[in-house]
Order: sequence, then structure tokens, then C-alpha cells
Amino acid sequence: MSSIATETNLDIQKIRADFPILSQKVNGKPLVYFDNAATTQKPKQVINAITQYYEGYNANIHRGLHSLAEKATTAFEATRTTFQQFINAAESEEVIFTKGTTDSINLVATAYGRKFIQPGDEILVSGMEHHSNIVPWQMLCEEKGAILKVIPVHKDGAISIDEVKELITEKTKMVSVVFASNSLGTVNPVKEIAQLAHQAGAVMMIDGAQAASHCKVDVQDLDCDFFATSGHKMYGPTGSGILYGKRAILEKMNPYQGGGEMIKDVSFKKTTYNDIPYKFEAGTPNIADIVALKAAVEYINALGKENIVRHENEITAHAHKRLAEVPGINFYGTTENKVSVVSFTLDNVHPYDAGMMLDAKGIAVRTGHHCTQPLMDHFGIEGTIRASFSVYNTKEEIDFLAESLKDIVSKFS
Amino acid sequence: MSNQSINNIQDDIIEKFSMLDGDMEMMIGYLMELGQKLPEMPESLKTEEQIVKGCQSKVWLYASEDNGKIYFQADSNTAITKGLVSLLVSILNGQTANDILDADLYFIHKINMNRFIGTQRSNGFMSMIKQFKMYAFAYKTKLENEA
Repeated sequence: MSSIATETNLDIQKIRADFPILSQKVNGKPLVYFDNAATTQKPKQVINAITQYYEGYNANIHRGLHSLAEKATTAFEATRTTFQQFINAAESEEVIFTKGTTDSINLVATAYGRKFIQPGDEILVSGMEHHSNIVPWQMLCEEKGAILKVIPVHKDGAISIDEVKELITEKTKMVSVVFASNSLGTVNPVKEIAQLAHQAGAVMMIDGAQAASHCKVDVQDLDCDFFATSGHKMYGPTGSGILYGKRAILEKMNPYQGGGEMIKDVSFKKTTYNDIPYKFEAGTPNIADIVALKAAVEYINALGKENIVRHENEITAHAHKRLAEVPGINFYGTTENKVSVVSFTLDNVHPYDAGMMLDAKGIAVRTGHHCTQPLMDHFGIEGTIRASFSVYNTKEEIDFLAESLKDIVSKFS
Repeated sequence: MSNQSINNIQDDIIEKFSMLDGDMEMMIGYLMELGQKLPEMPESLKTEEQIVKGCQSKVWLYASEDNGKIYFQADSNTAITKGLVSLLVSILNGQTANDILDADLYFIHKINMNRFIGTQRSNGFMSMIKQFKMYAFAYKTKLENEA
């Protein structure tokens, strides 16, 4: 693929060279990876960090006195500080390591929800939530006799702040909304929603799975109480994620899981719990991947998130323009303010067929309901074809997608 | 021992697919062609009960018996899956219940179909085969009881 000119100062070909997986062929064709909303590929800086950890200083953290343990602990805690700065948390203790966004939301639903949600309380989510920001709250509601309320999604894939105002009442105790939709790309006004939630005395959680690498995230400016994200959607390893929580709230929460690390003193009579963040980090964590998560944050910082976002916006606009040429295409999620996700259906072509035929051409997209079945029901469709872009994607790749879709559609007409 | 005609049909499929040289696009194209040739299934037969469980895409399968032989009608809402089910119909249609139950469907492993039946698809495709065999078993039982 020839080098591309973008309005940003990023050298995309140089960036592509950082991602070893991108140079391979799939089904005999050069890989075009457009499934970044599911997981991004990893630069060699991240891969090397994992290798270096296992080859150089693998040890259990926080407890050992020996040199390797010390080195591993330092690296592990360095990721916490790096991530604190990345999301502008006030203190590093407000960053809790988890397996990912799903784990983070479950942590809040369990450790906050079980303690503070009462029968008749209302929990508010939006209609475009991922199952992981629906099901933990449903489980909590069932257990507590609380009520799950849903902010409706409009035709363009956006929600209305006026409707949020109407839905937040004195009964609302928790509002949990996705920053950027994985199915549609819609960016929600989470800062305004947090304000409304706080005015009503509710706690605000943001599902930032898609946002961390595509949106500016400043948890103090957003004034959210909780923010969850996954390392693997921001060039980091799978199984690494964080939960940000405000200190005051984290301190009054119950622990999540019991075990080593999360305790201060254990006796058979009574156990006292450790301070935050360790209170929520029972057991040996995923040290290698969390250590490597730092390399992912540094990778984003080195490129400059605003540069990444500019490039992604540019190619997403290009995708909307080129894909609009495909006969019988219908877009889902057409609001102005969106991340690099283009979701669509094709008249007469089932998403499964389209996905398999694109794969045969070496193009990886996601097809189906994207773990947002209620949203698909709302639009009256079984699923969509979703192309989601990252910093290493090019306009040429998008042109190839457009031409491939035209070819596929022609086979069904 | 598998029925000779079942194996002959399988061998024919293997030969045709071998000409495609493992090219995914050509395999998909050929599967879609086969799917299009599948006799139309009446809408009235496409009920919830006829849906094969475990499929990513929807597959309907209906069986009837005539003179000791089992006949299948099938459809799918996706073109590629329709092609896959049509392969099974072409092999198993008009065979006896015993022959269907005994059939060793070795063609699956010989036509480089892993991509279609691997991982996500596998449950679907394997459920389809199971459903063909369950119909055969049901008719075998019914015919034995009648005898």
C-alpha cells in the first residue's frame, strides 16, 4: 500500500511498521483490519514489554522482598501512575486494575451497588449500552428490587439530553452510560449527564471501553464517579483494564472479592481490609499485561491522542463518503459527534454473508449484534456490519472496502 | 458400512471443491451457487420448530418419508449457510433412515471447509448434521413401530 498523505503529522506507514500482525496475508490477501472496536492490534512496544517482563523480572508483586519482586512491583505501580495521568485522575490510588471494562462494571455493581442500592431505587442506562453495561445492573436490580430505566436512542443513534433530564429523578441512584457506542460510534454527552446525575444525588459511571483511545478523557473534568476501560481496545494487552473511582466513594464501598492482597489483617475472628486501591485487587493480578499496558499508554502519548483522533476522524469521514456509493447501504449511527465506527446493513445481503465474503478478501469486520441486542431490536434489525478504524488504517484500505462491498452487492442483485 | 451412493455423492463434491484450490472467494461463490439450486422450501414449513438450534444464521430443515426413504427440504436466511445445508441435502436426500444414521460424512474434512465449520460456525454446522440424523432416527423408530 502506498504511503498516504493525511492532514495530521502522523506517518501512518511508520506506525503500521510498529504492528507486526498487519503485514500478514489472510486468505491469500493483505490483511485489512477493521475490527478495532472489538480489539486493536498491538504495537511491538507492547509485545516487547510482555516479553521483557517474563524474560527479565517475572515475580509476584507487593509481597516479596527480593530484587525481582521489587522490580516487578515498581513496573506494576508505574502503570498505575501512567494511567492516572492518562485519564487525569487526582491520585493514583483512584486507579484500580481489573480484567477490563466488564470486570470494572461488575465491580461497581457488586461492591457499590450491593451496599447502597435499595428497593425502589432507579438505575439509568442508555439504549445503546453494551450487554456488559446492562446485565450487571439487571442482576443488581433483581437482587435489590431496584428498577432499570433506559434513555431512548433516536434514529440517528443519539440520545437527547432533555430526555435524560426527564428520566433522572430523586429515585435515581446510579447512572451508567457509554462514552462512545461500540455499535454506532455515537459519543454521548457524558459530562452533562454527570452534572444532571449529581444534581439528583445519583452516582455517575462512564463505560469508556471505546473512549480511552478515541476520545479525550479527563475524569476530573467529566466529574464522573466511576470510569471503566479496557487495555486491549487501546493497543494494550487483553485481560488488562482499569476502574477509576473517586477516593471518597471507593473508600466507603465494600470489597469486591476476598483473598490475598486486599486484606490488612486476617484472623478467624475478623479480617480488616486493605486501603484503596488494593482493597479491590484480591489475588495475584495479571502483572505482565498490566506492566505492558504502560507501553500502550506511552504509545498513544507519543503519537499524541489529538493526532490519532484527527486521523481517525478523517478516515471515518472518508469511509462514510465512499461507502455511501455502495448500492442499498443503510447506515446506523449518523450523528456528527462519533468515534471511528461505521455500522451499516446492505439490502438483500445478510451481514453474515457480507462478513464471510469480506474475510475472503482479507478484510476483517465485525458482523452481528455487537453485544447490543436491545439496540438492534430498537432499530428492528438482527445486526449490522461494522467497520471500526484505528490509527494504522488508511484511506486506501477504506477504498478497498468500498469496492469490495460493491462487488459483493453485485453478486446478490 | 456407508451406503455407496452417499459416498459417491461425497466424492463428487470433494472433486468439485478440489478444483477451487482452497480459494475462499471461489468456495463461497460455489456454495452460494449450490444454495441457489436448492428447491424452494414452502414458507408454511419454515416454522420455529423447524429451525436448527445452534446456528449463527437461521436454518430451517423439514423431513418427510416416502416408501422407506427420507426426503429433506431446507432453507437459510444467509446465502453461504444455504449452500452448506444444500451440500448435506444433496448427500442425504432420498436415502434410507439407516443409511443416513450410518453415514460417515468425510467430505467435510476433505474439502478445506474448516473456515466454514471452524469455531463460530462449527456448532451450527454440526447441529445441522445432528438434525438430519435425528430426523432419520425418528423415522426409523416410527417405521419399526409400524412394521
